[in-house]
Amino acid sequence: MSQAHEHAADHGSVKSYLTGFVLAIILTAIPFWMVMSGGFTKQATVIGIFGFAIVQIIVHLKYFLHLNFTKEGKLNSFSFLFTAMIIVMLVGLSVWIISTADALMLR
Amino acid sequence: MLLGKLTLDAIPYKEPIIVAALSGAGLMGLLVMALITKFGKWGYLWKEWLTSVDHKKIGVMYIAVAMIMLLRGFADALMMRAQLAKATDGHLGVFPPEHYDQIFTAHGVIMIIFMAMPFMTGLMNIVVPLQIGARDVAFPFLNSLSFWLLVSAVILVNLSLGVGNFARTGWVAYPPLSELGFSPDVGVDYYTWALQISGIGTTLTAINFLVTIIKMRAPGMKLMQMPIFTWTCTWANVLIVASFPILTGALAMLSLDRYLDFHFFTAEAGGNAMMYLNLFWAWGHPEVYILVLPAFGIFSEVISTFSGKRLFGHTSMIIASGVISVLGFMVWLHHFFTMGSGADVNAFFGIATMVISVPTGVKLFNWLFTMYQGRIRFTPPVLWTMGFMVTFSIGGMTGVLMAVPGADFVLHNSLFLIAHFHNTIIGGAVFGYLAGFSYWFPKAFGFKLNEKLGKAAFWFWQTGFMFAFIPLYILGFLGMTRRLNHTDNAAWDPWLYLACVGALLIACGIGCQLLQLYVSIRDRKQNLDVTGDPWNGHTLEWSTSSPPPFYNFATVPHVHDIDAFTDMKEKGEAYKVPHKYAPIHMPSNTATGVYIGGFTTLLGFALIWHIWWLAIVGLVGIIGAMLARAYDNNLDYYVQPDEVETIERAHFEQMGIDVDNYAERDADKPRRGSRPTTTA
Amino acid sequence: MSTYVEHAHDAHDDHEHHDSGSQTVLGFWFYLMTDCILFATAFAAYAVLYRNIATGVSGKEIFELPYVLGETAALLLSSITYGFAMIAGHKGNKSAVLGWLAVTFACGAVFIGMEVNEFHHLIAEGHGPNVSAFLSSFFGLVGLHGLHVTAGLLWMAVMMFEVAKTGLTGRAMTRLNCLSLFWHFLDIVWICVFTVVYLKGAM
Repeated sequence: MSQAHEHAADHGSVKSYLTGFVLAIILTAIPFWMVMSGGFTKQATVIGIFGFAIVQIIVHLKYFLHLNFTKEGKLNSFSFLFTAMIIVMLVGLSVWIISTADALMLR
Repeated sequence: MLLGKLTLDAIPYKEPIIVAALSGAGLMGLLVMALITKFGKWGYLWKEWLTSVDHKKIGVMYIAVAMIMLLRGFADALMMRAQLAKATDGHLGVFPPEHYDQIFTAHGVIMIIFMAMPFMTGLMNIVVPLQIGARDVAFPFLNSLSFWLLVSAVILVNLSLGVGNFARTGWVAYPPLSELGFSPDVGVDYYTWALQISGIGTTLTAINFLVTIIKMRAPGMKLMQMPIFTWTCTWANVLIVASFPILTGALAMLSLDRYLDFHFFTAEAGGNAMMYLNLFWAWGHPEVYILVLPAFGIFSEVISTFSGKRLFGHTSMIIASGVISVLGFMVWLHHFFTMGSGADVNAFFGIATMVISVPTGVKLFNWLFTMYQGRIRFTPPVLWTMGFMVTFSIGGMTGVLMAVPGADFVLHNSLFLIAHFHNTIIGGAVFGYLAGFSYWFPKAFGFKLNEKLGKAAFWFWQTGFMFAFIPLYILGFLGMTRRLNHTDNAAWDPWLYLACVGALLIACGIGCQLLQLYVSIRDRKQNLDVTGDPWNGHTLEWSTSSPPPFYNFATVPHVHDIDAFTDMKEKGEAYKVPHKYAPIHMPSNTATGVYIGGFTTLLGFALIWHIWWLAIVGLVGIIGAMLARAYDNNLDYYVQPDEVETIERAHFEQMGIDVDNYAERDADKPRRGSRPTTTA
Repeated sequence: MSTYVEHAHDAHDDHEHHDSGSQTVLGFWFYLMTDCILFATAFAAYAVLYRNIATGVSGKEIFELPYVLGETAALLLSSITYGFAMIAGHKGNKSAVLGWLAVTFACGAVFIGMEVNEFHHLIAEGHGPNVSAFLSSFFGLVGLHGLHVTAGLLWMAVMMFEVAKTGLTGRAMTRLNCLSLFWHFLDIVWICVFTVVYLKGAM
């Protein structure tokens, strides 16, 4: 039987891990600095830390988890996107539901 | 110290009804064990069933558990109907609240988690691998483990009757009532651990089947060509994977509150009980779609087979099921419109709830179009299906009614709600599983069920359902709420009596089904399914013998179209005798699932009663068994061609196919297999 | 028709293992998706409860960002050292695998040590989970992550033992693949934790 030793795609190379590592360091350092320095408005800081978190997550997904949209990698990526959609709905709607209830109860 | 909170007082020997129930169950258990011993079947039971990793056997065991729990959950229902019929106008009835509250709690938990879920899982187990032309699921050992985790949870729930008590909170266990302050005894802990344990099993099953349908389909079977039952099960499995972790989290938080004095949902220190409801129903709503989608799939299979037609709108059915699944994640607040999140939130979820009826309607019309101009055979599965169409539609419509927040403010937690969800769960899920049971019984066991008793059972269930639940709609409008121990409103009495009659009619239906099993087994030799295709079916499971050989398919079929077996029959490719057979790779049986289940039961019991040393023993046992399995090198084997040939030859000869002459005469030409006559 | 093993036949060829390996990894990926949702539930609880400080402290008073940065560094480092272990594994270099796994384990252990230390101090100073809903959800969420990391470390130890004893078999590589997914996923969850809990809390 054939044994095409597949997936060079999902092994990753030293280079890709190091790239991811450096990017992750930068994407961690900046939000920490934003908060610790206190030199930004509250709104800017919040947008900043969440924004950098999302970017860093994508860096991890690409460089460490090797998620891609090739024929072999599509399923993993789409199932992750589906899960992410569920999470956004769950967390978002939960916060909406409970915070409006709290407000109506003057908590 | 040694026994945690457990003392002899935990055994309710002073309560006559419980003692009677325990004695009855105990005697039946002893009787069964005595019979097994008498016929010397312990070895057979252990080797062929309990340690089996065969999806067909595991499926049968799931259904057996479901049926036993149906009896217990229905006994709860009879007790509830009896209580409400008696406890009117000043009478206190038979059951004081401390007992009655456990009955309705257990009724809900058992029927949903320990009857409906295992029934669905069992049918999925037996049928789906066969439908996709696979030899088993992707992870046969995990399959066995999932079953034994269910058994562990079932043991705990049933143990609560005799050792301690069950929760008194209703099947949803809302805090603050379910917190330690208001439920200081072990009841809620039995509840949380039983649900956690069975929840893990269910999640593992879902993962198992998702990998199976992705990786193990017969060559040529594209995803959109999978049979419709397999597709609806797939959507259900997606829902399980996405929703069960939410329940795990919610119950874990409740347990942390109860065990370690956390404050997620407590009434003090900033806890928010509403968050429990939110998380519980974020799971709870997908759960009802998990229950009903496979049933929809069964109806599709049944109605297309017995109308003698292809299912109308195969693709749109798949898409509609997918839409229902995704929307099912956006409606959960309709279970607590009255909790107080305000008009905007209620409006969003109310509209989303109504939108869900659209794809459901698409499916209903597709079923009707399938029947249109078909030659319909009114077998029991078809009766269940037609009963479903009427019953579920009523339930669906009352659901849309309550999706209007303003209406729900009047009807929430009234008997109108109870009538609605029984309407949809019984009319939808239960009728579906009973249809599937009748439909696939011959495949699983090799002989057909007695049809007269099957029809009688249906009519008792259908009329019984109407008598039991239509009055509840009226009672809801008359102002009666759920979970009442006794009532004091003369206007309600006649409806409560009618409902009690309905329950008794359903009891007759169940009686017919038990009788049907006895009669069918007794008469099995006269009703053998010789060809494996008793209904002239469309999908691959009907191409195997009844029951199928343990390896399912001697040669893996190649698929070209939807309704793969019909396609084969039309092209004359059914029942081809192969030139030769290849070795078949099969997984070995294992007792590891049983052991892990046993240790899990110990762990659960120990956690419930705060017997910490025993909990550690359970945990160590589980991990030890897992490690032993991880390093077991003896996990599989090959079935040799000569064994396969012996089994296949016997099947062909039983069907009247002359194997030897065939092989010599028409070695390269496919031969049209004998088409079984349709049976009415 | 007994299916109990009488004849244990010859082993699985590489192709079989290859296929079953990819099935195992796919199944594990789906399990990780359920774990994502479990964490989402914990995050949702934190998001609605973090302002309920009752009579206790708020996050601003107890979160020490430099300390958290240290934990983050340890975990992030462990992610790439695990990556190097996988690269060595695909090259069949058993000793390099063991070496990198050991480094990964050390980094992970540092992370857990720091977290246990943080929890211990908080509880000792009267800021335990039984004080308020905020602290309950904090300990619940961060603790859930810590429990996962601990489980990962135990798994890693077992894998080091397996590789040392039986080498880089197909089975070992499949398991290391799964652990790799698990380990990186935990680092992703940590990004969410330090952002939503610590950074937001300290603002």
